[in-house]
Amino acid sequence: MRPYAYVRAHDVEGAVATLAEAPNAAFLAGGTNLVDLMKLGVETPDVLVDVRRLTSDRVEDLEDGGLRVGAAVPNSVLAADRKVRTRYPALSQALLVGASGQLRNLATTGGNLLQRTRCVYFYDTTTPCNKREPGSGCSAIEGHNKNHAILGSSEHCVATHPSDMAVAMAALDAFVNVLGPDGERRIPIEDLHRLPGDEPQRDTILEHCELITSVDLPPLRFLSNSKYRKVRERASYAFALVSVAAALDVEDGVVRDIRIALGGVAHKPWRATKAEETLRGEPASEENFRAAAEIELEDAEPLRDNAFKVPLARNVMVRTLLELSEER
Amino acid sequence: MGQHNGWLRKGRIVDAEITLRVDGAERRLTVDTRTTLLDALRERLGITSPKKGCDHGQCGACTLLLDGRRVNSCLALAVAYDGSEIITAEGLAENGELHPLQRAFVEHDGYQCGYCTPGQIVSALGMLDEAEAGWPSHVTEDLNVEEIVLDDEEIRERMSGNLCRCAAYANIVPAIREVSDR
Repeated sequence: MRPYAYVRAHDVEGAVATLAEAPNAAFLAGGTNLVDLMKLGVETPDVLVDVRRLTSDRVEDLEDGGLRVGAAVPNSVLAADRKVRTRYPALSQALLVGASGQLRNLATTGGNLLQRTRCVYFYDTTTPCNKREPGSGCSAIEGHNKNHAILGSSEHCVATHPSDMAVAMAALDAFVNVLGPDGERRIPIEDLHRLPGDEPQRDTILEHCELITSVDLPPLRFLSNSKYRKVRERASYAFALVSVAAALDVEDGVVRDIRIALGGVAHKPWRATKAEETLRGEPASEENFRAAAEIELEDAEPLRDNAFKVPLARNVMVRTLLELSEER
Repeated sequence: MGQHNGWLRKGRIVDAEITLRVDGAERRLTVDTRTTLLDALRERLGITSPKKGCDHGQCGACTLLLDGRRVNSCLALAVAYDGSEIITAEGLAENGELHPLQRAFVEHDGYQCGYCTPGQIVSALGMLDEAEAGWPSHVTEDLNVEEIVLDDEEIRERMSGNLCRCAAYANIVPAIREVSDR
């Protein structure tokens, strides 16, 4: 591992100011992804600014009835939070179905959002990868791409975002609070992560020195009728092939409101807005769920090894929505 | 700011002084900032019960309790946990008596080669506390349940971060269940 200086700033402002001066520095929180990538030589920061004890590690009520999750809240603690379990079950479920008990204790809310793809070529420094080394090429497009994207990819990158938590937060319409040198800004989670385009090295819209300080969950009541469903190759402790987070508000058999987000299919948590629009105001039936899922997946461009993800994503969407409509 | 500029000279190794409380004893040491907790314990303090399996957070052999919670020590930088309280499998016995989990692993033959065993035992200890605190798991039927009942399915799910290449799982699960049932 390349040597680096370890810095513990006094406060979040100091941490941001340190990164503003050091173009090759990185924030460190739980380290479950960053330390691993540093061991492999994929990430090579020369300064680590430890922010784990600087941001909040509490889940707090907001005046509007929502919840604010501090960036340092461990994944395990967030999953077990009673208010999250009751009001945003999809978020608890997504966290519990990710990683292992040990990793969830170390990993933080902010860090989870900023984890990097698990594309094998991104991890393998002997192969070309536009995300790791811009301009070097994408090894996955013609390589082993079973785990890769079917939506929103580019000729430069077909990697997927690995987080389960972020998919649930996308379906819950969360906001990400960020601190930069010029103060705070509030980003709809939908806008935090980006599609690869011709800059696959950029996972998010954040500037180098911007720090996630918390995530806000909105006070929408029907989010208590939400669910996260993940399909993977092992029964536990594996990344998603496809996952679905959904929230459904049905009255007299008609969809009043709906949120759907997909994981494992794109460079970012994929908000299924087309399917949502198709279903709003329509009867909550299996037939309609299936039609909406198919409309969402019309633009899918599977690679050699991952065509299975298209029907899989459709079926998981349909099943998840059916379960949510039956449980009402 | 700007205080770090002197440290940015490429290739310069940076040391830090830290204090850890390991299995009840205070230990002071100077570590290269790149040192993980696992390497600090094994290579610097001679505490070798946390094992280096994959060194990438995938196998759980390095599991220890860090300020009361089970973690993969191969992914935790020692310098970031200055002042922390650490419990390893070596610190579980009291007055020469094995911890109930250690005894149960012996009685149920919950291992073959034994390499993953210290991690399994410490992980089980942390897991039992999590269940006691009412933390649900992926297989908990009712997310809002008050009390967790640790059946085999729950134990398997909650212990999925600890791999055993000898596949002693069939004996590890009953060993843990015996202790959780008490």
